[in-house]
Amino acid sequence: MRIKDHPIIDFQRGKQVTFSFNGRQVTAYEGETIAAALHAAGVRVLSHSHKLKRPRGFFCAIGNCSSCLMQVNGEFNVRICITPAREGDRVEMQQGRGEIVEKT
Amino acid sequence: MKKPEIAIVGGGPAGLSAALSAVRQGAQVMLIDRDPVLGGQLVKQTHMFFGSKKQYAAIRGIDIPQKLLAALQEEGNGKFDPRVNTTVLGCYDDGVLLLEKEDRAELIQPRKIIIATGAAEKMLPFPGNDLPGVYGAGAVQTLMNVYGIKPGTRVLMIGAGNIGLIVSYQLLQAGVEVTAIIEGAPKIGGYLVHATKVRRAGIPILTSHTIKKAYGCDSVEGAVLCNLDEKWCAVPGTEQSLAVDVICLAVGLTPQTELLWQAGCEQQYLPELGGYVPLRSEKMQTSLSHLFVAGDAACIEEAGSAMVEGKIAGLFAAADLGYAENVEALNETFSRELEELRSGPAGAKIRQGLSRLKGGAQVC
Amino acid sequence: MLEKTGVPDADQIKKITPSPGRLKKGPVAVVECFQSIPCDPCRYACRQEAIKEFKDINDLPVIDHDLCNGCGSCISKCPGLAIFVIDDTYSEKEGLVKLPYEYLPLPRPEEEENGIDTEGWEVCSARVVKVQNAKVLDRTPVVWLTVPREHLMKVRNFLRKGGA
Ligand SMILES: Cc1cc2nc3c(=O)[nH]c(=O)nc-3n(C[C@H](O)[C@H](O)[C@H](O)COP(=O)(O)OP(=O)(O)OC[C@H]3O[C@@H](n4cnc5c(N)ncnc54)[C@H](O)[C@@H]3O)c2cc1C
Ligand code: SF4
Ligand code: SF4
Ligand code: FES
Repeated sequence: MRIKDHPIIDFQRGKQVTFSFNGRQVTAYEGETIAAALHAAGVRVLSHSHKLKRPRGFFCAIGNCSSCLMQVNGEFNVRICITPAREGDRVEMQQGRGEIVEKT
Repeated sequence: MKKPEIAIVGGGPAGLSAALSAVRQGAQVMLIDRDPVLGGQLVKQTHMFFGSKKQYAAIRGIDIPQKLLAALQEEGNGKFDPRVNTTVLGCYDDGVLLLEKEDRAELIQPRKIIIATGAAEKMLPFPGNDLPGVYGAGAVQTLMNVYGIKPGTRVLMIGAGNIGLIVSYQLLQAGVEVTAIIEGAPKIGGYLVHATKVRRAGIPILTSHTIKKAYGCDSVEGAVLCNLDEKWCAVPGTEQSLAVDVICLAVGLTPQTELLWQAGCEQQYLPELGGYVPLRSEKMQTSLSHLFVAGDAACIEEAGSAMVEGKIAGLFAAADLGYAENVEALNETFSRELEELRSGPAGAKIRQGLSRLKGGAQVC
Repeated sequence: MLEKTGVPDADQIKKITPSPGRLKKGPVAVVECFQSIPCDPCRYACRQEAIKEFKDINDLPVIDHDLCNGCGSCISKCPGLAIFVIDDTYSEKEGLVKLPYEYLPLPRPEEEENGIDTEGWEVCSARVVKVQNAKVLDRTPVVWLTVPREHLMKVRNFLRKGGA
């Protein structure tokens, strides 16, 4: 899904980093958001609605809509569309509303 | 608490131009943007812009921020303080701003504030619009033009305004198939040169059409379209199904005015300008004297006008601080530029909206 | 109808078509810009001043075909990609169309492609003569195609026969 040749833009991709999504390894380029990397890896369902359990994906990609909330390194409700992917990140599909976790 | 002379929220064309205009007058400016790079919408616009030379016509949107930034670096003289990855969460009535960067909060108290936060996308109600694969046009652009990732393989575009037309063109350039562009209105809303460009590339533009529903199990697998009559009612028996994996919504923008509401600026609902817009004078000053606005946050328009409004807001914010050299002459030039941009048929809606603005921002 | 479908109609095309006399003299620009929008770079792109000065930036471009020498400098400067150069004198049977083409992969000279009209339909076969892609064109390459002369005012795009 990554664009190789583009008539206008010369994509300068950074170093490769690897993170896990529900235990599976996903490759991203430094600077990419978790949402972008997951999309490139073909992951479209990011969570499920609380009541009806309908699938949810991202929608705005700029941090406005909260459609992309996931659990990242234990922290709940992270908007992954504006969170850069970092080496070793643990990204998980969140069950329910999540809790507030004290950061250390 | 830091006390910059002027804080500008939003580093799109409006914010960057406001910053340049203010530092040129001698004021000290902090420019705050939540994105990692400055440029706002421009960083996603691969096409050449319209307008005149003064607004960088015939230059690609993606190349404009560098030009403004280079000027800011050169003329900023240490007076330009850009802050990226920084979100403004609060704008209080006493003029204090609450910033957040990487989970850390900071309060600042600028003497003047320019809100140039741009626009938010509108949503369209239809069954299935919550399925993964229904994306805003901005999201499609971000994926494709910022990260170089295809949003999908077959796209249905909803909306034949400039954004729908341009994003369709950009999808083709990225090697993605666009099956159709549909538009509820009987006419194409965007510039016709954009329409002919995508049309000759083989994308049908279906006016008087809407989406009845999106279907799919875990994500979008297709859409059902139907015709609309003159009263925007679905015409029975005209349903057709299209197999697509992305439905892209380009159904309009609305000013992002949350910070202005928080601060207590007076606003007015003017659909011609995109929804609720802040009242402001011809100096782009709101009902609160320390708050100015510019760009799509003030009225949904174009990058060209956003830049000129930015120049005006920057000029008068600086003037209010005593940097008042040459204000009248500069203002005259800027006002004339705005007037020119809005004078044609394409600006009719904007002119009408501005003429209805209470307290009367001057209609050029 | 242009506003409904994005396809200019025959009347609109007729109005902007150079006169038969002018066509006989060689390459000339056709400006397919039919709506008043705030835009004027075409005027500054033309050193011959064939594109008249705009009184108002919203004016439609007006071109004097007799001043135009068909140089093509304006093609890649128009943000609407609405300017083409046609040459009815290329050969006895074939005319030349120069068009802006911002897609990849670029075609190669001598390739046979399908000539496409403003509706996106194939109308004829078209042969690539030249691909201009110098730095001054700023990523808007200009492709020269030969087409049967009767299709000079029709072909405005092409589809690569070998697949896109
Ligand atoms: C697909 C598309 C094509 C377009 N084509 C053209 C064209 O050809 N010609 C033309 O003239 N115009 C075009 N436009 C319109 C043009 O891009 C906008 O009118 C213009 O960008 C508005 O500028 P702005 O500075 O007001 O807002 P924006 O460019 O949206 O910038 C706003 C900035 O504010 C930041 N921000 C928002 N809220 C906060 C906050 N709370 N804290 C910190 N930062 C914040 C955002 O991150 C953003 O960087 C197009 C728009 C789109 C979407
Ligand atoms: S082809 Fe050359 S001479 Fe003719 S209008 Fe364009 S720039 Fe001017
Ligand atoms: S540059 Fe192109 S779109 Fe702009 S006025 Fe000239 S012909 Fe029309
Ligand atoms: S997709 Fe909207 S907040 Fe992430």
